[in-house]
Amino acid sequence: MSARKAILQVKGLQTSFFTDDGVIPAVDNIDFSVHEGEVLGIVGESGCGKSVTSLSIMGLVPSPPGKITGGEILFGDKDLTKLSDKEMRKVRGNDVAMIFQEPMTSLNPLFTIGNQLMEAILIHKKDWSKKKARERAIEMLKLVGLPRSEELMKDYPHQLSGGMRQRVMIAMALVCDPKVLIADEPTTALDVTIQAQILALMKDLNERLNTAVLLITHDLGVVAETCERVVVMYAGQIVEEGPVPIIFKDPQHPYTKGLLQSVPDMRFKKQRLYSIPGNVPKPGSISKGCRFAARCEFAFDKCLTENPDLYQTSSVHKTRCFLYQNQEVLAHDRTLIES
Amino acid sequence: MSKLEPKSTNVAPQTDKVAGPWYEAWRSFKKSKIAVVGAGIVLFFIIVALIGPWIAPQGINDQVLANRLLKPSREFWLGTDDFGRDILSRIIHGARISLWVGFFSVIGSVVVGSILGIVAGYYGKWIDTIISRVFDIMLAFPSILLAIAVVSVLGPSLQNALIAIAIINVPNFGRLIRSKVLSIKEEEYITSAKAIGMQDIRILFSHILPNSMAPVIVQGTLAIATAIIEAAALGFLGLGAEAPLPEWGKMLADARVNFINAPWTMIFPGLAIMLTVLGFNLMGDGLRDALDPRMKS
Repeated sequence: MSARKAILQVKGLQTSFFTDDGVIPAVDNIDFSVHEGEVLGIVGESGCGKSVTSLSIMGLVPSPPGKITGGEILFGDKDLTKLSDKEMRKVRGNDVAMIFQEPMTSLNPLFTIGNQLMEAILIHKKDWSKKKARERAIEMLKLVGLPRSEELMKDYPHQLSGGMRQRVMIAMALVCDPKVLIADEPTTALDVTIQAQILALMKDLNERLNTAVLLITHDLGVVAETCERVVVMYAGQIVEEGPVPIIFKDPQHPYTKGLLQSVPDMRFKKQRLYSIPGNVPKPGSISKGCRFAARCEFAFDKCLTENPDLYQTSSVHKTRCFLYQNQEVLAHDRTLIES
Repeated sequence: MSKLEPKSTNVAPQTDKVAGPWYEAWRSFKKSKIAVVGAGIVLFFIIVALIGPWIAPQGINDQVLANRLLKPSREFWLGTDDFGRDILSRIIHGARISLWVGFFSVIGSVVVGSILGIVAGYYGKWIDTIISRVFDIMLAFPSILLAIAVVSVLGPSLQNALIAIAIINVPNFGRLIRSKVLSIKEEEYITSAKAIGMQDIRILFSHILPNSMAPVIVQGTLAIATAIIEAAALGFLGLGAEAPLPEWGKMLADARVNFINAPWTMIFPGLAIMLTVLGFNLMGDGLRDALDPRMKS
C-alpha cells in the first residue's frame, strides 16, 4: 500500500475565516496525502472542516472571508496554494476535479446536458473540434452508466432524476481524465438505493480509470463500503488516520469510537442508538487542551491543558490522543518498517 | 456494469418537442388568458406601428383648415384637431413614436443597467459600493424630475427624451440584476463551473447572465409601459417630441385648449396611451407568473 506514489499531499494546511468575531481557523494544520488510484475517505461531523479542506484543495474557498493561511498542497511538484488564478484554472477539471453534494442544483438549469459536458471538455481541450467533444461527452455518459446517452445530450437538467444528475456530474468531472476526484458528500442528497449505485459507480470508475478519489462524507457506512484509507476529522484537526479495516476493527481515538458506536447495528433491534454527547465546538473556541476533551469519557487532566500530537501508533495508523502516546512506535522502528 | 444501469423509467416520457426552459415558460404564459389579451394588445400596436404609413387615411401633418375640430364621423373616424388634421392618422403614426421610445429606452437601460449590475454583484467590494451608491442617488430623485433635468441639459427633442428615460431607468435594472447575480453566484452550478476550470468572464456571461434574465424580461416589459407614459409626460410638458410630430403626450397637451368643445382631441390619444400601457402591463404580469419560479407551484 505504501508503495503507491502520493499524488496529492496536504502539508500543514491551515484555512481560516476572517470574520467580525475574529479569525476562525476552520482547518487547522492538517496533513494527509492521497495516493495514486486509492479511495481516501474524510469523515467527521458537520462543521469539522471537511468541506473547507476540499475547497482549499480546489482553491475555491470563498474569499473573503476565507483564506489559506498556511501550509502547502502539493500536486506532483506544484504547490496549489501558490499558483496564480490562471494556472489554478488549468489544474481544476484537468488534474483535480470535484463533485458536489447537491446534484439538483449543480447543473445550470438553462442549458442541455450535452452543452454543459462539451463546455467542460472544450475549456481544457482547446484544439478539439465540437464533433470530437461531442463524441467524448457521449462516451463519458455511457461510462457512468447512463442509457440512451445520445438523447440525453439534448435533455435539460430538470428532466433528469437526482441520481442521473449526479452521474452527469461525475461524467463532467471525469471528462478530462483528472488524477484526483474530490467528492464532497456526493450521495448525501440521494435515496439510499441510488446512493449505493453511485458509490458502486465511483468505486468502479476508480478501478477502471485509476483516478484517485477523495471522498468526503459524514457517513461511516459509505467509508466502509468504498474507501481504502480514512482520515477522521474533528474541529478542524485530524484525530485519527489509517486503513479502513484497521480503523473499523481497532478504533483508537475516543471520537472515532463514538462515531462507530453511533452506527445502527441491525443485530440488536431494541437498543437505543448511541450518540456522542454535546456538539462540535465552534472552530477557534478551544484555545488549549484536546479539542474533544469536553465530550470525551476518557479525558483526564492533561487533556484539558495540552493538545495531543498525532501519534504514529503503527506504520499505517495515527491517533491524536494521549492514551496512545506510549504506543508511539519509535521513529527508528518506523523508518525500518517503511523501508 | 449492468447492475449499475438505472431504469430509464424514472424519466418522464418526453414529447417530441424538447422542453427547454423557454418553451416551458411559453406554455405557462399561454395558460393565463389575461396575459394573452395583453400580448394581443401589444402585438396590435406593434403591427399598427409597423404598417402605419400604409394604413393611415391621411398624413401626419395634412392640415385642412376647413375641417377644424370635426366630430368623429365616417370620414374622420376619431375626429380632427384644431389644424384640421385627422386624429386617427396621427394616432397611428404616434404608435410608432411611442413604441420606439418605449423599446429603445428600455433596451438602453437594460444594457447599461445589466453591465453595471453584473459588475457590482459579481465583483463586490468597492466597485459594488460605488455603483450602488450612484444608483441610490439617482433613485433619490423622483424619476420624472430627473428626466426633466436631463432633457433640459440635452435640449428638448424626442431623441433626448428617449435618452433621458433610458438614464432614469438604469438604476432599476442595475439593482435588479445586482441582486439576482448575488443570489446566483452562490448557486452550486457556479461553484461547479469554477471546479471544472472555467474563467470568471465566461461564468459571468454563459452562466450568471442567462440565469438572471427572467426578472429582467418581466421588469423590461413593465418598464416599456412606464417609458411610454414618461415619454408622453415629457411630450405633454413640451420637452419631448417637437411640433408636427404626432407624439401622443404632445397631442394631449395640444388638445388642452379645445378640451371643452372638442373632447375627442384629448380622449383618443389618451385612450391610445392607456391601452398600450395596459397591454404591456398585462403581458408583463403574465410573464412574471410564467418566468418567476417562486410563482410556480
